[in-house]
Amino acid sequence: MFNIPLHSFYLIVLVGVLLVSGSLISYRLQQRHPDKDYTELRQRVQSWWMMIGILFAALLFNQTLAVAFFGLISFLALKEFLSIVPTRQNDRRVIFWAYLAIPLQYYWVGTGWYGMFIIFIPIYIFLLLPIRMVLLGDTRGFIHSAGILHWATMLTVYCISHIAYLLMLPVQNEAAGYIGPVLFLLFMTQFNDVCQYIWGKMLGRHKIIPKVSPNKTWEGFIGGVVSITLISGLIGPLLTPLLWWESLIAGVLISVSGFFGDVVISSVKRDLRIKDTGSLIPGHGGILDRMDSLMFTAPLFFHFLFYSHY
Amino acid sequence: MDRLIKVLFFALLVKPVVLLLLGLNVRGRNNLPKKGPAIVIANHNSHLDTLVLLSLFPLSMIHKVRPVAAADYFLGNGGFLAWVALKCIGIIPLDRSGGADREVLFSGCTQALSEGDILVLFPEGSRGKPEQLSRLKKGVYYLIKERADIPVVPTMLHGLGRALPKGEALLVPFNCDVVIGENLTERDTAAGFMNSATASFQRLSEYCITLSSNDSADDKTV
Repeated sequence: MFNIPLHSFYLIVLVGVLLVSGSLISYRLQQRHPDKDYTELRQRVQSWWMMIGILFAALLFNQTLAVAFFGLISFLALKEFLSIVPTRQNDRRVIFWAYLAIPLQYYWVGTGWYGMFIIFIPIYIFLLLPIRMVLLGDTRGFIHSAGILHWATMLTVYCISHIAYLLMLPVQNEAAGYIGPVLFLLFMTQFNDVCQYIWGKMLGRHKIIPKVSPNKTWEGFIGGVVSITLISGLIGPLLTPLLWWESLIAGVLISVSGFFGDVVISSVKRDLRIKDTGSLIPGHGGILDRMDSLMFTAPLFFHFLFYSHY
Repeated sequence: MDRLIKVLFFALLVKPVVLLLLGLNVRGRNNLPKKGPAIVIANHNSHLDTLVLLSLFPLSMIHKVRPVAAADYFLGNGGFLAWVALKCIGIIPLDRSGGADREVLFSGCTQALSEGDILVLFPEGSRGKPEQLSRLKKGVYYLIKERADIPVVPTMLHGLGRALPKGEALLVPFNCDVVIGENLTERDTAAGFMNSATASFQRLSEYCITLSSNDSADDKTV
């Protein structure tokens, strides 16, 4: 059960080291500046421990539990999304059916039925939701609701389920095991957020999309893309079936799409005039605040890997 | 025995449902009374309101938190509903028929307060339309008129009217806002107290992040 493939084990150790240093830095900062309030930083680091602990436990236990875990993430994300966007009171009956798509979608993933997994939401749910809406008979705001519901389901169920399907791909890199590609995607995506943030803090001058996100700069973006591409080229061959040059491409893909995932959810929040999408994760905000980049990187990385090696 | 039933009911059923199926965005948790006597007043849109409010309290004191609820609705037909209301939730029944005078009407409430309980009251009287605040009734004022020591904590709930509205049996998961305000100290006259409560609810609703089409983004900033 817990015989972790060597390369995946190394990555888990690396993440552990990063977490410990995060905790030490946050502790040191508070010691050095006792007058400042570092509560949010401390909460942020503590939440990282929680999230990573739960994630590793689910991933290492077995494939089925890991798939179900991402199903739960989809549920929490869809719920959070539909709670902050405006829908009509009547739509709750349609939303109920959108929730039912989650167990089905993850059932297709868990049984490895690729053909169904890939069309279930873009076709069947896409057609089912407006059918249920028509049966309710309320035409005021119909287009608006149909659009919101389908977009929400695509982002939070379809996109996130691609992470889970990575677990079901036949293992090609024995040293990484079935968790290798997932660890690679999650680590590169989250580390991309960190890199873009750090480069932006250090060198940031020229704003990239000031209307959406005033803190995002060209320097942060380019710094992030370069670092992630290089790191990806190094660890991609260890954790995935990708060759070194394919891993470089995967790095560019993850870094650029991760940036866009982040700013797309930022735009949603700007539109609704809220700061966080929820308060599930102390110091981070809601689950969408954490999953924003992943919803974009997961399907793109999945299909790059799937096309080039399966 | 009754305390055990209530603790089990909340530990095994209510708290997990509130955590997973609903999910709360709680603001101002520090304002929640830590001991009785105290009164929590909230807006009322759903049966879930009571359960959500009670679930905010730790299990160790949950038996001291008593919602005030309509006797005709919950106890009228006896049976299972009445058993849940009395044993699992521990309501203080309130007669809405309007016959009795105030002293008799509120005797259950004043007794609970004198025993150091925390009352949960819905001054709108009934659940009303989803996510809209109806006029507040003055009953609460009668309870605290001569008791300046009893804090009255206003709590704004939002989103539960979508999860389980009046007249619906299907619970649809939604995140909900719970915004807890500060003790209402304006108590000179009934009208003054009620106005400060209404104003407080309006202020608290600005911290809500869940939206439905009833309240468009424009209303929110007013």
